[in-house]
Amino acid sequence: MVRPRAPRCLIAQIPRRYYSAPSPAAKLNLPLDFKTTPLLHHTPATLSSVPNFPAGATSKRLNLFQAINSALRTALSSSDKVLLFGEDVAFGGVFRCSMDLQSEFGSDRVFNTPLTEQGIAGFAIGAAAEGMKPVAELQFADYMYPAFDQIVNEAAKFRYREGNTGVNVGGLVIRMPCGAVGHGALYHTQSPESLFAHIPGVRVVMPRSPAQAKGLLLSSIFEHNDPVIFMEPKGLYRAAAEYVPNEYYTIPLSKAEIVKPGKDLTIISYGQPLYHCSAAISAIEKTMKGVNIELIDLRTIYPWDRQTVLESVRRTGRAVVVHESMVNYGVGAEVAATLQEGAFLRLEAPVKRVAGWSTHTGLTYEQFILPDVARIFDAIKQTLEY
Amino acid sequence: MRPFNASLLSLRARIPGLGTSTCPLYTSTRRFAQVANVQDIPTEDDKPFTVPIADTSFETYHFDPPTYSVKTTKSQLKQLFRDMTTIRRMELTADGLYKQRKIRGFCHLSIGQEAVSVGIEHAITREDKLITAYRSHGNTLMRGGTIKSILGELLGRRDGIAHGKGGSMHMYAKSFFGGNGIVGTSVPLGTGIAFAQQYDQTGNITVNLYGDGAANQGQVHEAFNMAKLWNLPVIFGCENNKYGMGTSVERASASTEYYKRGQYIPGLKVDGMDVLAVLAAMRHGREWVKAGKGPLVYEYATYRFAGHSMSDPGTAYRTREELQTERSNDPISNLKSKLIDWGIMTEDEARAVDKEVRGMVSREVEAAEQMPVPEPRWDVLFEDIYVPGSEPDQRRGRTVDETVY
Repeated sequence: MVRPRAPRCLIAQIPRRYYSAPSPAAKLNLPLDFKTTPLLHHTPATLSSVPNFPAGATSKRLNLFQAINSALRTALSSSDKVLLFGEDVAFGGVFRCSMDLQSEFGSDRVFNTPLTEQGIAGFAIGAAAEGMKPVAELQFADYMYPAFDQIVNEAAKFRYREGNTGVNVGGLVIRMPCGAVGHGALYHTQSPESLFAHIPGVRVVMPRSPAQAKGLLLSSIFEHNDPVIFMEPKGLYRAAAEYVPNEYYTIPLSKAEIVKPGKDLTIISYGQPLYHCSAAISAIEKTMKGVNIELIDLRTIYPWDRQTVLESVRRTGRAVVVHESMVNYGVGAEVAATLQEGAFLRLEAPVKRVAGWSTHTGLTYEQFILPDVARIFDAIKQTLEY
Repeated sequence: MRPFNASLLSLRARIPGLGTSTCPLYTSTRRFAQVANVQDIPTEDDKPFTVPIADTSFETYHFDPPTYSVKTTKSQLKQLFRDMTTIRRMELTADGLYKQRKIRGFCHLSIGQEAVSVGIEHAITREDKLITAYRSHGNTLMRGGTIKSILGELLGRRDGIAHGKGGSMHMYAKSFFGGNGIVGTSVPLGTGIAFAQQYDQTGNITVNLYGDGAANQGQVHEAFNMAKLWNLPVIFGCENNKYGMGTSVERASASTEYYKRGQYIPGLKVDGMDVLAVLAAMRHGREWVKAGKGPLVYEYATYRFAGHSMSDPGTAYRTREELQTERSNDPISNLKSKLIDWGIMTEDEARAVDKEVRGMVSREVEAAEQMPVPEPRWDVLFEDIYVPGSEPDQRRGRTVDETVY
């Protein structure tokens, strides 16, 4: 295992290698270009074509954590039932999503909790049952497991079991940063969406961009009688910036979006890997002339928009599902099974899954485990040539 | 993609004395002007004698305090000093490597808390077990991890103590169960370890450490209950460094008397900035637990001079004055001034130890930096996960280097 040691002078000449630096030979796995990706609104002009966005809205260029901040500010000023709490939230939170909100809305509504995830979740459920709209932050999705009991056994079953009382925990939103950034290792990298997606009674949402995040978060807080698990890809907090309407607006949950229409193959994804998908699509459309790939953002992972996905795949006949979390028993398995049930006779190739390998994310191994542009490119190619 | 904490890094204010090799390792302010005179200090290094401990060192809860003196030897006292100095130097080195962007990800330093890990180790044996949370570099070293294996792990190298898989929070050694990234989850584990010890009648104990933040997790209290119910040989130890990340204990805990949190379990609060107090308390507690009297809840009153993690400058939620006051109560200079007053070590000898440790740590860093990064091979990537041969079949794009079409 130990390689022969290079002479010291040689080592000094090799440029320092970061964990996720691309090699000079790489053609596909280049750093994502968030400045030009078609997934973001780089000018305010393109916002007006989006059906959910308020017409004639003023807008501002925000990154994801600023958009979350804007959504939370909008929510807190829209209703005094909205509360915001979690570990270090009063100081802005570790990712700065709640910056300045305590000073604007007071410590009765925006406050720190002890390090007590189970307590945070249970406390939030109780408050929601009594009519509040609590937005609870778990500092990392990796820390949610003590809260899992509360989410599964209390939050998810609340409306189902309440008899004639009419009580529900709608307005309860549990926010958590998820996903990889390149060096989070075992406990700061996980994306546990498929664990929640196994549980009827919760809605699981993961936005792809700042403008999406604001609309989806406001929708989660104000428009549903179900608790919502709102997962924020932390790699996008600073990386993804776009124009976001200043006003209140919502984007419906459980509605997928075709972010790029196409005719030959459908890619179904959500969250951060959409940017990898988009890069892979433009690479394959350049390489294989005439090929046209459709890209769907699920946006809500559960309950998910089967209709949009089925209609698309019935048209294209080919599908690839991409997600960052592990492939085993993941969202891709559910989508693939649904496609073979609902589009079997139209399928020209097996549904392919590109996802994290079934392993933990060791510190130095993240780049090998997560889907990258090359793997998505390869999956598209194999599926087209099947 | 930028690391998500990049802009926080730029905000990092410089804390005096942190992270620069030119700064002294610790402040030289003497806090204990009136150190008791120790009579009859033997000339031999290995001959036992007794040194006093300040009468403010302990607070008790349904528990008799240890005697306010501790039996030791000159060589042990010098070793305590050397061990704390080594941890401090290793942590400062990690700080430097992080700032050079050689260490990535999460890194929690224990600068200021050295007396706890060193005092505990000198009171227990290698057959006793220890488990702790994420601020674990000092404990790893004291449990037998080498400096280069610890720094190698931080650097993500194959020969790191966990093969580069874990990084800062996940280090293991014989009789040392980590290094756990999720606050509070290690505490029931430590209780299970103690149960196994009791079941196997090993006569050894488990030291079960967690932080003041973790003390509010439900599972800590579940562990207390089981430990007392079954009278397990475990010392729960709350390292109270006054802040759970950026939240002070007063803002997070209805009761900040963590040594009383066991309710039905006797407790002891120890001055965690005095390594001799920690040593005495642990010996006392170990005898109690070994005698089958059941668990104890200890609280080590300590202080973290560094930020919570590398992206936290540690200045936003506490005042500079507070930090300065606490730094004048440095566990290393506390011991040093006593040893000098007692005539066990001279200022020059202390400086020599310091210099020697500095040289030793820098040799270890060099060795760690020479360690190979893990090879991007399937058997390495899927080690401990898949039955060999059953790994995913991946034809192209396995690594960035292979991505050429």
